[in-house]
Amino acid sequence: MQVTLAHLKRGEKGIITDVSSNEIPLKLLEMGCLPGNAVELVQVAPFADPMYLNINGSHLAIRKETAIHILIEKIANE
Amino acid sequence: MSKQINVALIGNPNTGKTSVFNALTGLNQKVGNYPGITVEKKQGVCKLPRGVKAHIIDLPGTYSLNASSLDENVVIELLLNKNDKDFPDIAVVVTDVENLKRNLLLFTQIKDLEIPTVLVINMADRMSRKGISLDLDYLEEQLHTKIALVSTRKGDGIDRLKELITHHKDISVKPCINALQIDKEYFSSLSKAFPNQLLYKLWLVITQDVNFGKTDRKEIEAVANFKTKSKSDLKRLQQKETIKRYQFINNILKKGQTIDLSQAKDLRIKLDRILTHKVWGYLIFAVILLTIFQAIYDWAEVPMDFIDGVFASLSEISKRALPSGAFTDLLAEGIIPGLGGIVIFIPQIAFLFLFIAVLEESGYMSRVVFLMDRIMRRFGLSGKSVVPLISGTACAIPAIMATRNIESWKERLITILVTPFTTCSARLPVYLIIISLVIPEGRFLGLSYQALTLMLLYLIGFGTAVLSAFILNKILKIRSKTFFVVEMPNYKLPMFKNVALTVVEKTKSFIFGAGKIILAISIVLWFLASYGPGEEFNNADEIIKTEYASQNLSEDDLQNKIASHKLEHSFIGITGRTIEPVIRPLGYDWKIGIAIVSSFAAREVFVGTLATIYSVGSDDEDTIKNRMAAEINPVLGGPLFTFASGISLLLFYAFAMQCMSTLAIVKRETNSWKWPTLQLIIMTAFAYAVALIAFQFLK
Repeated sequence: MQVTLAHLKRGEKGIITDVSSNEIPLKLLEMGCLPGNAVELVQVAPFADPMYLNINGSHLAIRKETAIHILIEKIANE
Repeated sequence: MSKQINVALIGNPNTGKTSVFNALTGLNQKVGNYPGITVEKKQGVCKLPRGVKAHIIDLPGTYSLNASSLDENVVIELLLNKNDKDFPDIAVVVTDVENLKRNLLLFTQIKDLEIPTVLVINMADRMSRKGISLDLDYLEEQLHTKIALVSTRKGDGIDRLKELITHHKDISVKPCINALQIDKEYFSSLSKAFPNQLLYKLWLVITQDVNFGKTDRKEIEAVANFKTKSKSDLKRLQQKETIKRYQFINNILKKGQTIDLSQAKDLRIKLDRILTHKVWGYLIFAVILLTIFQAIYDWAEVPMDFIDGVFASLSEISKRALPSGAFTDLLAEGIIPGLGGIVIFIPQIAFLFLFIAVLEESGYMSRVVFLMDRIMRRFGLSGKSVVPLISGTACAIPAIMATRNIESWKERLITILVTPFTTCSARLPVYLIIISLVIPEGRFLGLSYQALTLMLLYLIGFGTAVLSAFILNKILKIRSKTFFVVEMPNYKLPMFKNVALTVVEKTKSFIFGAGKIILAISIVLWFLASYGPGEEFNNADEIIKTEYASQNLSEDDLQNKIASHKLEHSFIGITGRTIEPVIRPLGYDWKIGIAIVSSFAAREVFVGTLATIYSVGSDDEDTIKNRMAAEINPVLGGPLFTFASGISLLLFYAFAMQCMSTLAIVKRETNSWKWPTLQLIIMTAFAYAVALIAFQFLK
């Protein structure tokens, strides 16, 4: 199922499928936010914003408004 | 002349780059600024075998060579400029063993510049705990480099690194991938147009957003036989380039690195579950702040009382031991009390810097950014504004420089404008002495009233900062793209050496920076207080003797009357009494007025000034505090420092913009005089109004 990163719930994982490069700054791409990389939502602040992610082994936090521009394929938790 | 090797330390933030720097240089380091900009320049010297010296520069942390801030720009400017005297003979890229994948991106970029580059894989002591093993031979071969596996915590691998630096001529300059194959047509036309230039270097010049290289870029665009690309096309290419680099890195790490997850014990997950929790996270943050303030107040008291006593007796001894005269007076009444007024705050300032260093080093500060972002955004700030606001409790100058990593210009500007409201360490001396004079002793729930008052003042500072941010957010019409990304580093036990070096260096620069101003002002004040124009000053002896001839005053009392009459008619007294009408409604006398005026150079001058003014013609063995407590209000009678005037003074100092260095930094960071001027006028007017209301209400 194709959803945006903002749809992930805590502890869920996915694979990044597309990044709209006009909205996403280069810096985030360089930190590993690229198609094909795995992403896990580690923790959320109140109101699910910002989101604390593990992307490709890098731990970083981004705001929800950025997360909606990153498309992912959810991986079902076993 | 002995041979010197230029070494540049480069790496992502949070890789322990500074620990490596400290391990190489020890105490042989100095911090300055890059010419013209306020980016910190850390350099040091490392002794290598056979009398060779390495000159080491610790460059600002950066995630890549695509600069998005002034700090990162410094890195590229150095690496692209072969004529720079600091241009490295060898680049040392520091990486964190747990973040190798991401850290290697920067490494592959630097290799493309064909500079001899070695790789430091740091925090090697964590490998077994994380189940990581590396095939170093394979990695060295694939990356065309030499690797030093380093643990600064245990001191391992530093010798190997020194060895590699010594033999820098043997290090390969071959790039490890050909990243610019992403658009063959474009890049071959680029290299045809500039046959003598390194292709990757050209590419960097073309794509940089920051002010850097504008002229170079124009030159490139001016060449007719080369077709330029649109901005979004360039960005798409940069994305492709990044993907290409990661593909390469993923491939070699697949073979060169194995991670046995069953061996990995993750402290991060456990700690984050609590420290970033929706409820516990905030509670813990509040407790940490409370502890810091209580500690600054309670722990620092003993050394402070000691220092106060030492300076008082120093004054007295110098007066007795030296032949009397103008110089002795200047020393005993001007310089020593003035310096005492600043030295006394070393314990507290050191504690403050200690706590901030520990919070930064441990990785906790990023969690605070994460927790606070949503809340701060409501006020037009960013989660990253929390760091400047907290380090603003040490000093507004580094705090304002720390706003550079805030991505949105509006959020950054607001943070810069409101940071001076936070209680900086220069306000601390003023607060402490006034609190000890007007707030009674006693305890509430185990916390002393005085500590609680101090905490309240810190809260007022933060509160005002946040509130004015809210207002500014509504007023300022700036549209800027908001964007926020913050790395959540691993938790680390802070290393003693790093923390100690930071505390010593920061405290030193505060004391010497402020010390120079204070010394100068103390001397000027002493002259102004010791000389005066006209009859009233020069014939003070006779005037007083005639006036009090009928009353049988003791010799001591008479001398005191003469001294205070002289002071009142000295240059400083005349100035003070001229401005007195303006400040009298706030509950201050002309002596406080002088202290406030001199505070506009820097707030901490306040105590030194009062110390100097009160020393002129008073008993020398008394401490500053006792002298202040003995002051009488000339209008109302009774002690000058009452609850009402004390609170009024505290509030004035909480809000007024009294720091020329901060104004200078704001000018530099916003690149206009408009913002610092507005800050000065609005903050000071607000301070006056609040102090006025407080005094009239409480008196």
